[in-house]
Amino acid sequence: MSTETVSPRAEPSRWSKIVNSNMGYSFRRNPVAVVSLIIFALIAGAAFLSPWIAPYDPYDPAQIDIMNSEYPPAWVSGSLPEFVLGTDDQGRDLWSTILYGTRLSLLIGICAVALQAFLGISIGLLAGYIGGRLDNLLMRMADIQLSFSTLMVAIIFLAVTQAMFGSETFNQYAVFFLIAVIGVAEWPQYARTVRATVLAEKKKEYIDSARVLGFGPMRIMVRHILPNSLSPIFVISTVQVANAIISEASLSFLGLGMPPSQPSLGSLISSGFDYIFSGSWWITVIPGVVLVVLVLVINLLGDWMRDVLNPKLYKG
Amino acid sequence: MSLLSVRDLTVKFAMRDETVTALNGISFDVAKGERLGIVGESGAGKSITGFSLMNLISRPGYVDRGEILLDGEDVVKMNDKRLRQLRGDKMAMIFQDPMVTLNPVLTIGQQMIETLLAHRKLSREEARQIAIVKLREVYIPSPEDRLDQYPHELSGGMRQRIIIAIALLLDPELIIADEPTTALDVTIQADIMELLLELCQSNKVGLILITHDLGVVSQMTERTLVMYAGRIIEAGRTREIINDPQHPYTQGLINALPQQTLPGHKLRQIPGNMPSLTNIPPGCPFNPRCEYATDLCRSKLPEVIQYGEVQVACHEVERLHAEGARQEQNA
Amino acid sequence: MKDMNAQTPLVEIKGLEKRFDLDQGFLETLKFRNGRLTRETRAVHAVNNVTLDVNRGEALCVVGESGCGKSTVARLVAGLLTPTSGEIHYDGSRIDNRSRAEMQPLRKKIQMIFQNPYASLNPRMTIRQALEEPVKHHFPSFSAAEVRDKVTEVMMSVGVDPSWAKRYPHEFSGGQRQRIAIARALTVDPEFIIADEPISALDVSIQAQVLNLMLEAKESRGLTYLFITHDLSVVEHFGTRVAVLYLGAVCEVADTATLFSNPKHPYTRALLSAVPQLKDDRPNHIRLKGEIPTPINMPQGCPFQSRCAFANNRCRSEPPKAIHQPDGSLVACHAVEEHRLDEDAIGA
Repeated sequence: MSTETVSPRAEPSRWSKIVNSNMGYSFRRNPVAVVSLIIFALIAGAAFLSPWIAPYDPYDPAQIDIMNSEYPPAWVSGSLPEFVLGTDDQGRDLWSTILYGTRLSLLIGICAVALQAFLGISIGLLAGYIGGRLDNLLMRMADIQLSFSTLMVAIIFLAVTQAMFGSETFNQYAVFFLIAVIGVAEWPQYARTVRATVLAEKKKEYIDSARVLGFGPMRIMVRHILPNSLSPIFVISTVQVANAIISEASLSFLGLGMPPSQPSLGSLISSGFDYIFSGSWWITVIPGVVLVVLVLVINLLGDWMRDVLNPKLYKG
Repeated sequence: MSLLSVRDLTVKFAMRDETVTALNGISFDVAKGERLGIVGESGAGKSITGFSLMNLISRPGYVDRGEILLDGEDVVKMNDKRLRQLRGDKMAMIFQDPMVTLNPVLTIGQQMIETLLAHRKLSREEARQIAIVKLREVYIPSPEDRLDQYPHELSGGMRQRIIIAIALLLDPELIIADEPTTALDVTIQADIMELLLELCQSNKVGLILITHDLGVVSQMTERTLVMYAGRIIEAGRTREIINDPQHPYTQGLINALPQQTLPGHKLRQIPGNMPSLTNIPPGCPFNPRCEYATDLCRSKLPEVIQYGEVQVACHEVERLHAEGARQEQNA
Repeated sequence: MKDMNAQTPLVEIKGLEKRFDLDQGFLETLKFRNGRLTRETRAVHAVNNVTLDVNRGEALCVVGESGCGKSTVARLVAGLLTPTSGEIHYDGSRIDNRSRAEMQPLRKKIQMIFQNPYASLNPRMTIRQALEEPVKHHFPSFSAAEVRDKVTEVMMSVGVDPSWAKRYPHEFSGGQRQRIAIARALTVDPEFIIADEPISALDVSIQAQVLNLMLEAKESRGLTYLFITHDLSVVEHFGTRVAVLYLGAVCEVADTATLFSNPKHPYTRALLSAVPQLKDDRPNHIRLKGEIPTPINMPQGCPFQSRCAFANNRCRSEPPKAIHQPDGSLVACHAVEEHRLDEDAIGA
């Protein structure tokens, strides 16, 4: 029943509109989503404020003393009080290193997803709106891309670049290589979803109306179709950020990602792995837990968002 | 005694911030074999009335108070087992969209025979024979072959006939048809309506026809209820209501039809919109759109009163009638 | 209005055809039949050889049941689809083969109103954005204040309070949205409006409001309408002329009054008799046998012959031509041509 009548009333503020919207309401009613968002905000906030929060700078060799290596966390006997979570094999404060590492992981994840989104949305819009042969061509490209696993593509690409540029240069630009390879490898996810929504939106009469008014295809795609395709884009973006963080961690774990001098969560886990049997479990386990929690809360948020934005489950 | 007797039926929906009253104190009767029309626009509550008669209201909706007596038994208080017996056996419902009602992965025969076997002690072959007889009754050509077909192989009109055949399968005493022909074309609609009318008359089946189309109601039913914003605002014999409507809304609804105005002239429109159920105005729900509204209408809800041959919920019905008579004299 | 153009129709549709291919892509067209691999394409014959004129200042109603191709005709004329064959002329010049850029000047003149007011407005645009967009696009020289004035003027003329401009479509009811959609079409000062079932999604009391609004706009702005509908009572009220379509072909074209007082084609008669009447109790409903065939396998000869009570061998083999009748109507029926109909009708 949509017989809402419009009566003169004060325009609500933007914030109260968000809070009172269906999303705001379902968010407040969903404790999992609330807890996930709080944890995510804490992790992300701490990570991005790491230069101010972290007691040490793990990138500054002057602050690292190899003599401090492999101190256990504070609650294990034999620890030093200044290293709350202990130290890693190079004597870096693990707490500081995790903060910086999380920042790097999040940064790579988000930038890679931004690249994926840019490529995928553009290709998806074109394929869906123009259709015909271009659609066939682009979608077969997406199929081919999807039939290689992301990791396989990334491993080959990173191994080749590492060999080409030498590990010195590679280490310097590792962040960009990682963003590029994860970004390029996963665009079909976006392209397919966007194409599907474009095909659905294209049939609606407001698009016909825009065409009858003589608007060009660019304007119709960007101004009319794209804003109405945002819900599924939001949903896959959260999942893709989680996936990108895992991909980055896997690549770094395999030694193809961030170098030990500039550790991300993945390379921290990797560097600690060698010491796990010598008793220094914390170097691997603590960043591992952070990684799992981070990915989990992002996925939980994505699940919640999918439930809210799925038009089949939700009728306003 | 009437077949169906609805008393003070009130259905509410528990929405996010508030509870919305979708039906507000509805009372009416249907005699055995009587055909009743329920007319209203979207949001008037006519479909919810149909659903609640079958006890099909589900969360967040609930029956707040009132009773629905079918042969003296209250449908609202029935347990699921008794309800299942009742649906189909005594009451059957025909929905708007034939494609949704039929299960797409079962043949017509399977659906009909299963329904029969669930309610009656019959052999499969006997059930099949009954199904064929019922299909023939709704003028389905070569019914034996249709039994093995799937719903998607049939046209819309044919599907709606089959749904009527299924509704009649267990010889119910009452059929509730919710906009049964809205999804169909005019020529097919006329066929289906004629068929429904013929079947109801020959089998002495009661019919509740829920529709927005006054023309259909006028041709199909003996009595009519007009609903507005979850209430019955006028009820009586269909002839009376069509020829001499008392409530300003009913008048407006009939006058707004293009047939009622000379071609090319402005139609007599009702201003404004049906109020949303969350925002029903105080007093008479129709008052903001009513040209006769007085202060009384804006403050006090009108009771349903007997006025001449019809029941009507309007404070100003006498004045309206007097004015109408005066206008006729002047003309 | 231009006097020199008074005689020529505003829109001429000549021999319009539209087929939609059902099998897309090469592989789908391959069929295995009788032990042989053949290539065949199935097509929906949505519009078959439709010839129609729309005169200036009239409201030509196109009626028919679902699948008769009436919406396809509307979309072809609006340039949303390209015809398979045939021509569409607007104001004397051909428009069906123009590129998007060549169509641009006509986009101001030809506008369309759609059936579903819940889908015809972009849900993510406020009313102001939706209404200003076409003005800015077609009148690039307008200043911001001129655009605003134009939009306010149109909003007032369709009865939409300009103070609602900041709201989104979902905050409005169906009737209000349809008003806004009409306003959007009117912002570019069109002269010809194609309305595809503009009131069939609305409630009865709201239908009257929207019809009145369209009639008002016709008078005050000198509009010409191509009005697509299935509702004959609306046709009788709104249309100056009527074209009846069946299976993508024109059965009968006549002045509204002529068609309703003296329908000639058997299908028109059946259609008219099927409309539920408010006041008379016993309608003489003409029952048609069978149902509308699918437009994939078109019957040979007259499209209506499979359901027509008057069909003979000629009807089954030869498609009828539209023939002018003494009262000015145009009827495509062998039985009417041969005067078979009226004697039979008396007999039946």
